[in-house]
Amino acid sequence: MQSNPQLNSKGELQHLLSIEGLPRAILVQILDTAESFVGVTEREVKKVPLLRGKSVFNLFFEPSTRTRTTFEIAAKRLSADVINLNITVSSATKGESLLDTVANLSAMQADIFVVRHESSGAPFLIARHVKAHEHVINAGDGRHAHPTQGLLDLFTIRHYKKDFTKLTVAIVGDVLHSRVARSLIHGLTTLGVPEVRVIGPQTLLPAGVEALGVRVFHDMRAGLKDCDVVVMLRLQNERMRGALLPSAQEYSKHYGLSGDKLALARRDAIVMHPGPMNRGVEIDSTVADGPHSVILPQVTFGIAVRMAVMSIVAGN
Amino acid sequence: MTKLPDAEKLCEQLAAELRPRITPKTGMVGLYTGGAWLAERLHPMLGLKLPLGLMDIAFYRDDYAARGLHHDPKRTKIPFDVSGCELLLVDDVLYSGRTVRAAMNELFDYGRPASISLVVLAERGGRQLPICAQHVGARVEVPAGQRLRLKREDSGKLVLALEAERAE
Repeated sequence: MQSNPQLNSKGELQHLLSIEGLPRAILVQILDTAESFVGVTEREVKKVPLLRGKSVFNLFFEPSTRTRTTFEIAAKRLSADVINLNITVSSATKGESLLDTVANLSAMQADIFVVRHESSGAPFLIARHVKAHEHVINAGDGRHAHPTQGLLDLFTIRHYKKDFTKLTVAIVGDVLHSRVARSLIHGLTTLGVPEVRVIGPQTLLPAGVEALGVRVFHDMRAGLKDCDVVVMLRLQNERMRGALLPSAQEYSKHYGLSGDKLALARRDAIVMHPGPMNRGVEIDSTVADGPHSVILPQVTFGIAVRMAVMSIVAGN
Repeated sequence: MTKLPDAEKLCEQLAAELRPRITPKTGMVGLYTGGAWLAERLHPMLGLKLPLGLMDIAFYRDDYAARGLHHDPKRTKIPFDVSGCELLLVDDVLYSGRTVRAAMNELFDYGRPASISLVVLAERGGRQLPICAQHVGARVEVPAGQRLRLKREDSGKLVLALEAERAE
């Protein structure tokens, strides 16, 4: 078996590249550590000294506001120095290669690279080339993975539902293009969720998705029945052009989360969304702002989860 | 074999020693794990008005760079305003003093206490920092290579025990 590129020789987390392939114990360690960091984020002084003197480079080859900002806040609350690089308007446009960019930053004494890239696998490539004391965290690569989003979703589910082993979780929408869905499915199955459902039109579900251990529904009403957790995915407008969908209105009618569809889930179901939301397309405002919605707590928990990931990898 | 003092008796003795100095402004914070057990005992015995605080110093340790983050840190909960409080900081065993230093750093991120006194069930030699306890249950000689620890039995009874020092 090939060794896991995320783990060091002692089996500890060295880089966070993907939830896929991480043992249950490490997922639980991250969630437990994040729980302690939630306590820190609720204090007057929201800072701990763990990463004092360390430099975190936010390398964003693809635009992002929320993810980049929450990584920045997380690093600052760990007392690290944070350098934000928006590469789309930087050296890449002048022809510098990805590894040359990283080598230059490494020469500036980087400790952690937080990488978002439109190509699947880019953070893996970087992780293979960095020095032993440097760590890579994947902040979203192509259609492949977005592990910290998956982890914050898992944290949110555990926060509200406590026990993974009795849950029915539905993931609704454009699973095909979603790195969030992929990461979350791996996390949910690893933590023992007995029923993970994916709901969406055939054209937006990956072929053979059942192999990930999920049940497939094309009828949203049937799929939502008795769910404890409903995770809505963003409908990416650019997908409309690819003839995958007739129109946003048509999509919303069948796969948008409205109050009456949500009523089919359990009475205490929670509704999640990784953001940014298209109100009136995949989710109605009454639901997004309603009592079942935990969309804003997800953002807050995201900071604690990213603090946990950075402090665990930097210590290993 | 070193004869270790009875932890339950030391607990009673500490409570008796602390009782005369309790005021409405006295707060108590126990350090996970052994100090938290001891504080959970002392707090009701002393009838403190302020609720008990429990602290995990994992995010303030000075050996993070060498040893990484401890697995399974507990969430620090201090359910009162420490500013202006006369704080009793409770731990099981005082050894190098590094835990206490980390705990004081963390406490000051919650506010500015009027005073902090250190309460320990037992102290041993081997201080690496200029830290001493104001209230000590017992002084214990610990043989080289051994570690003194507080344990809690299933019945809830507190017991001091010696075990081999972990390889660092």
